[in-house]
Amino acid sequence: MTTNFILAPILMHMFTAIVLLFFWQKVLIQKIISIVGNSIAFLLCLRLFEMTLSQGYLTLQLGGWEAPFGITFISDTLSAIMVLLTALVSLAVGIYSTSSLNVSRIKYGYFFIFHFLIMGLLGAFLTGDIFNMYVWFEVVIISSFILLTVGGKKMQMEGAIKYVTMNMLASVIFLTAIAVLYGITGTLNIADIANKITLVENKGLVTVTSLLFFVGFGIKSAVFPLYFWLPSAYHTPPSAIAAIFGGLLTKMGIYAMLRVFTVIFQPDSFTLVLFSVIAVLTLITGALGTINKRSFRRILSYLIICHIGYLIAGLSLNTELAFIAIVFYLIHDVIVKSNVFMISGVILKMRETVDITRLGSLLKDYPKFSLVAALVLFSLVGIPPLSGFWPKIYFFQESFKQENYILLAALIVASFVTLFVIVRIWAEAFWKESPKPITEEIDHFAPFSLSGKIALIAPIVCLAAVSLLIGFNANSVIKLSSKAAYEMKHPEIYINNVLGPKE
Amino acid sequence: MILVGAFYSAGIYMMFRRSMVKLLLGLLLLGNGANILIFLMGGLTKGKAPIIKPENSKFLEVYADPVPQALILTAIVISFALTAFAIVLLKRVYSTTGSDDLDSLNIQDLDI
Repeated sequence: MTTNFILAPILMHMFTAIVLLFFWQKVLIQKIISIVGNSIAFLLCLRLFEMTLSQGYLTLQLGGWEAPFGITFISDTLSAIMVLLTALVSLAVGIYSTSSLNVSRIKYGYFFIFHFLIMGLLGAFLTGDIFNMYVWFEVVIISSFILLTVGGKKMQMEGAIKYVTMNMLASVIFLTAIAVLYGITGTLNIADIANKITLVENKGLVTVTSLLFFVGFGIKSAVFPLYFWLPSAYHTPPSAIAAIFGGLLTKMGIYAMLRVFTVIFQPDSFTLVLFSVIAVLTLITGALGTINKRSFRRILSYLIICHIGYLIAGLSLNTELAFIAIVFYLIHDVIVKSNVFMISGVILKMRETVDITRLGSLLKDYPKFSLVAALVLFSLVGIPPLSGFWPKIYFFQESFKQENYILLAALIVASFVTLFVIVRIWAEAFWKESPKPITEEIDHFAPFSLSGKIALIAPIVCLAAVSLLIGFNANSVIKLSSKAAYEMKHPEIYINNVLGPKE
Repeated sequence: MILVGAFYSAGIYMMFRRSMVKLLLGLLLLGNGANILIFLMGGLTKGKAPIIKPENSKFLEVYADPVPQALILTAIVISFALTAFAIVLLKRVYSTTGSDDLDSLNIQDLDI
């Protein structure tokens, strides 16, 4: 059904950002506006999600131009899930950053850029037009450049150079792919392209185009040979920014891949083999990268790469069951990854370092916080009742069924290495005695006011509760993921909803 | 077509150089190459405006496709903003590190 409501979350973030501009340099007012804006946007996203579930596809043809000519916005189950996750994480990180960031950063327009970033993400998830998706990507990357570099020291600058270069390169490749696709189909609407691409005779060119898209999105989501910018960039910015990046930016690339490779291109056997090889390599390199690192943030950066491998593995298996696993894993991963980055930020405040060999006795000093942190860390591994467990089972089961044993082995190895690394973090940072006595100067957490502490801890606890809820309520999440997977396996529903039913 | 190839290859060559300024120039060349590629893929038609004559109801002959021009315009504006940002970033990097050499930026990967 057609509705204008689909734009409401996007416009809400834009509106918040514009209002924030009027309160440049006024830190307290900015914080309040940002939290209010985030909360309203969260409610709007919740409503959008609920409407999409109850009424099926929501579409909007901008300016009343009919489908292949105008720009389409569409919300199916997958988009709705991503939108809801984005809203949840942005609300949590928004509250967290009111207390974790220093005043000068907020004065330089942190919240303003933050809302533009979220707006870009929501736009990318909701658009039904490939060029429009490119534009939203650009909105996101230019905001992320600014967030990454504002107030930067030397190390942050080094990471930023790599990040900026790789992302600009990814955009150029994405643009090239769009150019070729436009050349062979003559349209930009995703649904219309999907219709026309089946008529193209030169199948080789179609495959090449699909791989150009894969490379473009692959750089953004940090898959195997293209991942190196991520570990050098993601551990440098403040943890609030890293949380948004780690949780959502790489997933945007994955979402775009899912969209392109389910609706537009139907992967042939060559592409599937390529995906599977890349998945194996991503899993292994990501996992190996974590082992020799001592900094908590660096370990997390490599874990992001490792876990992107799971999603690519799902894409290479290319069955409905694998798609269920992907959607479930996305839900789990977005929430948990943002949360661990926020936890690393709190640890940094408590101990002035995130080097795990120099950390210690967190469990003794902060028992309740450690309990929450343990819950989050172990759900990253997927200890049974926690949220990471269910999608992994599906991945294992499906790769076993397809007799792709190398992929299965890589999945299991990656899972074990994750377990090893998490246990190591737990033992080093939380369990063992601190190597040097904790003095008052080191602990920046205790002097915080009560409201400051609540703003730091409450988002972590809420996200941990959500991931617990996902774990214990796996049945309904699987039902939701199955709906999304069914829609991904049947792109004709998507096409008919955009272009109207065929006569 | 040759121009597109030249832009892409020159851009990629420049990106492999060690200098940061050349890296930026390489990105610019690549971006422009992509723009011309869009233009080329839209099909080049000279002097045929996409206007339907009053007596017809649809296009009967070949016409110049206006969409690629809109796309390129958007892409140019975006790349303009990105370039402006990248130049400022490079200047900041130069003033913090005092060097134009990309290889001098790898210190942090050595510490774990």
